[in-house]
Amino acid sequence: MTQTELKAVPFPETDFDIEAIRRDFPILNQEVNGNPLAYLDNAASSQKPVQVIEAVDAYYRLDNANVHRGVHRLSQRATDAYEGARDKVRGFLNAKLDKEIVFVRGATEAINLVAQSFVRPQIKPGDEILISHIEHHANIVPWQMVCEQTGAKLKVIPMTESGELDLSDFDSLLNERTKILAIGHVSNALGTINPIKEMIGQAKAKSIPVLVDGAQAVPHIAVDVQDLDCDFYVFSGHKMFAPTGIGALYGKQALLEAMPPWQGGGDMILSVSFSHTEYNTLPYKFEAGTPHIAGAVGLGAAIDYMQAIGIDKLAAYEHHLLEVATAKLEAIDGIRIIGTAKNKASVLSFMIEDVHPHDVGTIFDQQGVAIRAGHHCAQPVMEFYGIAATARASFAFYNTEQEIDALVNAIKTTQELFA
Amino acid sequence: MSDLRDLYQQVIMDHKKNPRNFREITDANHMAHGNNPLCGDALVVYAKLKDGVIEDVSFQGSGCAISVASASLMTEILKGKTMEEAEKLYDNVHKALTGEAGGGELSGKLEVLAGVKEFPARVKCATLSWHTVHAAMDSDHDISVTTE
Repeated sequence: MTQTELKAVPFPETDFDIEAIRRDFPILNQEVNGNPLAYLDNAASSQKPVQVIEAVDAYYRLDNANVHRGVHRLSQRATDAYEGARDKVRGFLNAKLDKEIVFVRGATEAINLVAQSFVRPQIKPGDEILISHIEHHANIVPWQMVCEQTGAKLKVIPMTESGELDLSDFDSLLNERTKILAIGHVSNALGTINPIKEMIGQAKAKSIPVLVDGAQAVPHIAVDVQDLDCDFYVFSGHKMFAPTGIGALYGKQALLEAMPPWQGGGDMILSVSFSHTEYNTLPYKFEAGTPHIAGAVGLGAAIDYMQAIGIDKLAAYEHHLLEVATAKLEAIDGIRIIGTAKNKASVLSFMIEDVHPHDVGTIFDQQGVAIRAGHHCAQPVMEFYGIAATARASFAFYNTEQEIDALVNAIKTTQELFA
Repeated sequence: MSDLRDLYQQVIMDHKKNPRNFREITDANHMAHGNNPLCGDALVVYAKLKDGVIEDVSFQGSGCAISVASASLMTEILKGKTMEEAEKLYDNVHKALTGEAGGGELSGKLEVLAGVKEFPARVKCATLSWHTVHAAMDSDHDISVTTE
């Protein structure tokens, strides 16, 4: 044990009532294997406040019906709730228009939609799609599929040892063959916050469209798509305290207008005959079939919840937790932190010397500490570090310093067991 | 903690730290690669069979404590067994760990693996080497097995 003196990192906000926040998340108040649950797997999926649970419950108890088609009262209320949620997402991303928000199952579906509907029709053999080394599989595989379908090439921005993007050759990677830059806002495996505004600026200067994968960013960072000037921004609801199975694609109106529909079915059409189908207007053109209405309602409630506390305040508290946890882990012998970027979201990937992350995950679980052990669907990142997997603790604003202590104790128990 | 001590008991930690038969058999006539892409466990099992008897069996690779210990125990137990005996053991371990009907108790050295049953997410770790040796026996050329 190195005797590094821990600097106290005082949390500046005095009106951040963590106890009140934790009461909003009933699932946190339970024991796992005889120990208080410390849920530190938020980058995989977040927990839901009662405000979200009750919004979904109330929707099914009071308003449930199909949207956009009934003339009866419930259908109107369901439509209002669904479209109301769309407007909340628009406000959350500061998009200009509601019709620039397309509801999807999640970030993965949104990326596939853009890959197949925006990029595939216009890309030719020899053209390039630019991603980075620190993407998760959802921002790799859909592009590989387009490359296989069209003969285009996948280009990759390299990474550095600290887990940041190596942008030294970025300017030459952006060239006349580049048909899209698809970049994660925040790395799920390492927590790195990428300098996307500067990157978007460079790409736009060469008229290259940009998709930002915001799945790991929206729970921690206030996003303004107009300020960023990205063409597409995608995220999943379940990582930001909303239900699973709902997410959103933001796309600039002109681009969405020009794109062909992705899936066919009800809601995305104006009229159908066997000789011709007239497609619906935005955003319905991309929402074939009955959507996840309750999910959208829950997403709207999650946005309300985060905005009521204040996203900047949540982010400041999470950053405090990250600093405390990083300092405590750095003080333990035999711990290697993977991902040491200067600008990080509250993700802490680490290795315990001589212990496989899956053993770590099982031993932690016995102590009530829930973390992720694995490759985090980012195998190229693991390969870069020459490891198969990491243990990853990821914090949300409902986590506490006591839970960081539980994490530290779990590490020590693991080390004793393997000593 | 008692469950944990059961799972990571002395025998497993001993085999993890000092895996037995952790080497290549250069004149092996059976071999197979086993992978668990989910956790990155990867091992190679080598076997030398003569007249239906396993004269020598070994493994190399990397993985978690459970998978390495299970592979190490397996090589100890299979050495000298006939193919029929090995097949029966494979079947028994597989059924005992997955809770499939017909599986008997794990006895002798293999008893320590029984604790894995309580940790369903880790059963694949314990069975990887057994699936791999099973595939190696079935084939006279190098083949790959994947579990996840």
